[in-house]
Formats: sequence, C-alpha cells, structure tokens
Amino acid sequence: MRTAVSSLQLLQPRTVQDALRMLRDEGPLTPLAGATDLYVALNFGTLTEIRFLNLWGLDPLRRITLRDDLLSIGALATYTDMIRSRLVRRRVPMLVSAAREVGGRQIQNRGTLGGNVANGSPAGDTLPVLAAAEAIVVLRSAQGERRVPFREFYTGYRTCVRRPDELIVAFEIPPVEGRQWFRKVGTRAAQAISKVVMAAVRGPRSRIALGSVAPTVIRLFRLEEALAAGAGMEDALRLLEKDIHPIDDLRSTEAYRRDVTANLLRRFWRETADSG
Amino acid sequence: MRFTLNRSEVELEVHPMARLLDVLRDNCGLTGTKEGCGEGECGACTVLVNGAAVCSCLVPVAQVEGAEVVTIEGLGDEHPLQRAFMDEVGAQCGICTPGMVLTAVTLGHRPSLAKIREGLAGNLCRCTGYEAIYRAIHRAS
Repeated sequence: MRTAVSSLQLLQPRTVQDALRMLRDEGPLTPLAGATDLYVALNFGTLTEIRFLNLWGLDPLRRITLRDDLLSIGALATYTDMIRSRLVRRRVPMLVSAAREVGGRQIQNRGTLGGNVANGSPAGDTLPVLAAAEAIVVLRSAQGERRVPFREFYTGYRTCVRRPDELIVAFEIPPVEGRQWFRKVGTRAAQAISKVVMAAVRGPRSRIALGSVAPTVIRLFRLEEALAAGAGMEDALRLLEKDIHPIDDLRSTEAYRRDVTANLLRRFWRETADSG
Repeated sequence: MRFTLNRSEVELEVHPMARLLDVLRDNCGLTGTKEGCGEGECGACTVLVNGAAVCSCLVPVAQVEGAEVVTIEGLGDEHPLQRAFMDEVGAQCGICTPGMVLTAVTLGHRPSLAKIREGLAGNLCRCTGYEAIYRAIHRAS
C-alpha cells in the first residue's frame, strides 16, 4: 500500500538542545524515534499527528550507563541495544526478556524504549517491566529536567504527564533485589501484540505488574501487600479479580485474559518459590 | 538528502517522511525489495541499514541520511546465500525471499538452527514451511 506522506512534516534537530528548543518554540510536535508505530497508524487511518520531530540521529539519547548504582537507559536505546547491553542483562534481565519478544529482529533494531513508553499502548511489552522495576522517567525541556516515578507517569488510556515541550530522555532503574520474571502471552513468541503481559520480582519486596488488562499498565500493590503478609494464592487470586479490568478486543476476550492472568500469577509464584 | 545505496552514493530530493521502501522502489528503481504487510510484521521489505536488518516500510527516508543501505540488489547475484536458496529451493512465490536472504546475512557465521529460527522470526513465508529456507541458510553460512 502506498502511504500518503505529503501532508506530514518532519523537523530535524541536530542536537538534543535543538530538539528541546523546537518543542518549545515550534510545537505542537510529536517526537519520532524508530517510527515502528507511525506508519502502522498512518496505514490504518488513525494517525492524528502531522508534525514530527526526528530524534533518530540524537546519539546522546542512546546511552546506557551506570551511575551511583542507578542504571540509566537513554530513551533512544533500541531493543537490540538493550539485549546487547551487559549492564541491562545483569541488572534488569526481565527487560531483556521483554525486548527479545517485542517483535522480529527488524523491529528490535528500530523500536526504542522511549517510543514504547511514549506510545503508551496498554499492551506495550516493556511497560510492566518498568513498573515492576520502579523506574524513574527523566523528562527534559528547554527549562530543565524533572524525574517522575513510572507509577505516576500515565494518567489514563494513552495519556501521561509529559508536557508538550518535554522530551523523555532516559529511564533510571534502581537496583532490583530479588528474582525477576517476565511472561508475554500472545499468538506467537515474537511479532505479536500481547494478550497479557506480566513482569514481576520475587524477593524481599515482591512486585507484580501487568499489561493489557487495564487502560494503562498496572502494579498490583494490594496483592503484593497481601502476599507479603502471608496470604495464600486463593486470596491473592480474589484480589487479582478486582484489580484487573480487561476488555474484549480483536486480540482476545475479557474472560480469556482473566484466566490467563490468574495462571500467570500462579506460575510466577510457583516458579520463584525458592526466591521468596 | 544523501545516503550510500549498495556502495554507491545517492543524492535524492524526496519527502523526508517518504518510506524508505517507496524511495528504493520508485525513486531508485530497485524493485527487489518487496512490500508485504506494510506494518512491520512480515519482513518482506527487509533491507540492511548500517548492517542491521530493518523493515523499509517503517523507515522514514530522512532517518537513513548518511547511512549505508544495502538491498538485495547489493548482494550482486552471486552471494553464497542466494546460491543456497536456489539449490535448496528455499523459495516458492519469491516475495519473502529478498527479505529472508538479507536477514540471513546478519546471522553471522554458522548459526545454530535455533539461532536461525529466532533470527528469522520477523520474516514470514506463506509457501515453503520454512524448512528449505533453514537448510539453505545452514548450508551457506
């Protein structure tokens, strides 16, 4: 299919400073990273934005570093960058698991962590990982920088606290204590949008996050507290029933998602029993 | 804008948001790169950008400014993988083949069957059942 691009506009900053200035002075602009979501929306006729800011050449936003025990992953780091990064593999293996299943190699080479978060799909594979890892979103504007805990980043279905003049520049991930666990349930291991996705940590402070079962990614705080207080799996499953709000859509049904989510929770708890 | 295409410099006047796929086929006349799904699922439009396999249907041409792009034509007809695909009959209708071959180029020396399968997860073939494709890659790498 030929895609009509003539109505689209692309601004091309040379530096991050340039990009921030353009966001402030020439907005509204939609930041564009690996473009893996853009043309899909354009083909479907669901693309509402027409003015874009090309971030792809801004290499400083690709860095993955460790400073003061905080892992910082640049927003422009691709799934391939994360899979290859020794730091990410060592500190957040569940993020590598998510990156490996996000699509084929071609998508892993282009899709970015910042793009996955900014796109804000409730099915985004990396979002439960960032939620379970208690990541911090680093937002920068021409005026300065601020840090937002990931749990406060989304305000509803595909809406978030990022201001139009701000850019997601990095994610900071504190050390994650305990055993990390990730499962994506979809029609195919790679290359399929998830029906349910779960990232979790079993340890001194166990954490459980889910995608595709509510308008945004969710952390199961009540359930985590109950398990920490010694609740059994049956009680946990009753809490789970109340905390998730899956829907019927083209990928799955509410009933199936409820069943699968319960199975994932059981499986996580069983498989990590020796880390509790 | 400029980039390197199959080891030659090209300079084009194109819309920055034009898909790399359309620029290759319509502006450069290289029709070896095929369009399948147009949404990054099938891998038929795979090309190499700076050595990495990407779906050219999802790349705004502005993002290959200064980059090295290799299409199936860039392998020059005599690449061992092309020969092996023919010998093993790793193609039927042929639409997926250029993308399969280019993704296979990135798998490195002697990949295991598991590596080949994982590496080709983003390339769909509706004809062959994949076995002949895996054999071809195994034989050529």
